[in-house]
Amino acid sequence: MFRLEVRTSTPAWFNLALPLLAIGATLVLCSGLIALAGAGVPDAYGVMFTASLGDSYAITETMVRAAPMIFTGLAVAVAFRAKFWNIGAEGQLLAGAVASCFVGAIPMPGPLAMVLMAVAGAAAGAAVALVPATLRVKFKVDDVVSSLLLNSVIYYALMALIEGPWKDSFSGYPISPPIEDSANFPVLIEGTRLHLGVIVALLAAPLIWFLIVRTTLGFRIRVTGENPEAARYGGIHVERVLISTALLSGALAGLAGVGEVGGVHFQVMSDISPGYGYSGIVVAMLARLNPLGVVPAAIFLAAVMTGAEAMSRATGVPAFLSDVIQGTALLAMLVALLFTAYRIRRVGVAR
Amino acid sequence: MSAVFEQIFQVGFLAAIIRIATPLAFATLGEMFSERAGVLNLGIEGIMLLSAMTGFTAASLSGSLWLGVLAAVLTGMLMGALHALFTVVLGLSQHVCGIGVTLFSSGLAYFLYRLIFGQQSVPPNINGFQTLPIPILSDIPVLGPAVFNQFALVYMAILAIPLAAFILYRTPWGLSVRMVGENPRAADSAGVSVIATRFQAVVLGGALMGLAGAFLSMAQFNAFTFGVVSGRGWVAIALVVFGRWDPWRSAGAALLFAFVDALQLRMQASGLGHIPYEAFLMLPFIFTIVAMAVMSRNAVAPSALLKPFRREER
Repeated sequence: MFRLEVRTSTPAWFNLALPLLAIGATLVLCSGLIALAGAGVPDAYGVMFTASLGDSYAITETMVRAAPMIFTGLAVAVAFRAKFWNIGAEGQLLAGAVASCFVGAIPMPGPLAMVLMAVAGAAAGAAVALVPATLRVKFKVDDVVSSLLLNSVIYYALMALIEGPWKDSFSGYPISPPIEDSANFPVLIEGTRLHLGVIVALLAAPLIWFLIVRTTLGFRIRVTGENPEAARYGGIHVERVLISTALLSGALAGLAGVGEVGGVHFQVMSDISPGYGYSGIVVAMLARLNPLGVVPAAIFLAAVMTGAEAMSRATGVPAFLSDVIQGTALLAMLVALLFTAYRIRRVGVAR
Repeated sequence: MSAVFEQIFQVGFLAAIIRIATPLAFATLGEMFSERAGVLNLGIEGIMLLSAMTGFTAASLSGSLWLGVLAAVLTGMLMGALHALFTVVLGLSQHVCGIGVTLFSSGLAYFLYRLIFGQQSVPPNINGFQTLPIPILSDIPVLGPAVFNQFALVYMAILAIPLAAFILYRTPWGLSVRMVGENPRAADSAGVSVIATRFQAVVLGGALMGLAGAFLSMAQFNAFTFGVVSGRGWVAIALVVFGRWDPWRSAGAALLFAFVDALQLRMQASGLGHIPYEAFLMLPFIFTIVAMAVMSRNAVAPSALLKPFRREER
């Protein structure tokens, strides 16, 4: 006989084993779709791997795509640690993109422009995240729904801007005017798109890890998430911690938008984010909410996205496979997480 | 301003409201059933998209629209069952699973559509549902042609509202749904299977979301495009809150939203509006967020919403 038992602690190797298990299960499940499309499974995954991580140029492209997901992944990880259910990283990213585009279009010395773009983008993202947090703290409004609905509000605000005052009067395209050339983030390796923002994203992860694991604020965030009653009893102002968490989370998501404007698109358009905010949830869950784990998780998703297009050209399997992989990976990870809560134990028949 | 009023009382305008409201009414009722049982289903956006795709594909390949509707409903039920498996049976977090179901279903919809129809410059379309005038009733001035000269699916939506209210408030199963959403512990003591009831409610909700998807791709647009749902699932999430988890109020909220949307479309078309149309599209979301802040004091949301039920944990 087997029985499910509640686990009291989880071994450390689970942090690595569970995401790998989830990713493995995802690739096995999705190979069915590749076969359905009439392509060889090893071929398809092979092309996907080579085109995203096979040579140095491919790696830079993958890193450029990973950068926004590192930021949104961190945003979600920080928020979920405090059990502030921020589903609004998508809207916060868009707000960050719009704010940084405003600032980037003002003529000023390049380095100053870049710093101000980052500040403005982070502030805009934080301001958006403040809404669901305030509503929860002051009015007990469910943060899941309010943060989700704000995504639509911000999206339509962005559309109103690019179809209204920002509209390109010359071409009539709904795109914002470009930012100043001097505000474009410097490219680190000539001939690639690897920009300064990618390095900032990679540095942000250990910084946020340090903040969560080693600082007082991080401790408060963790305690608030794990046991708000105990936190309150221990003298932690839980409401204030939730607000701080929201500001930090929103700022990180806003920075994802800054990187896309300053380093990739140099302007704002309606599809500036192909759902990076929602991908952030996948990244954070795969990382088990560990800021250091966010980096490999984001690189994995970015590699899948970058590789899917090449795979589609080579094998005819629709590139939308990457979207299926993303969704499946999230669901598989959630199931894998059950192993942290329960374990299967053999129950002896007689002693 | 008088021009605006003239527009409102046109038959075409009323008919447009009804047509815009129909998929929202299905989706909102579907989400409401799920939430009344204590399960938030953020998979709605993806479930509607996948159902729109399977419905369109089945109709396109078989030539039968009703077979398409059946396919869409089955798809909705299947994805509802998937969400219920994760959130009800396994007790995983509802919001994260919902996002997972939406990402998975939308990805699958795009993937399968591209696989079946390839990449075409003009998306293939079908001869969708035709209007079906109801004898006598459709002769009533203004109201007749607007309400009783519609697609069969519109009539189904209109009938679904009292039916949903009846099921929820007047049947033993509806009582169980409300119990497991309000106080699962008590329901369990009273001999109601919390897991089974929640599972059934989420699957029923999925079926209604499937009908919403079917309407979009087989009556409203007669084609499947990647933007066929474009946020209507999120609108439904808002409308359920706005309609205070009640079938009548939720349907009323859908009608109100459809009115604003239809007005917005008219103003855009006639060049009357000086306000950007996006401002109108934002309204339901802003209203809902404000409404949540105002309402939370009388706590009308199902008490056990978002809380998984495990029998052994007391």
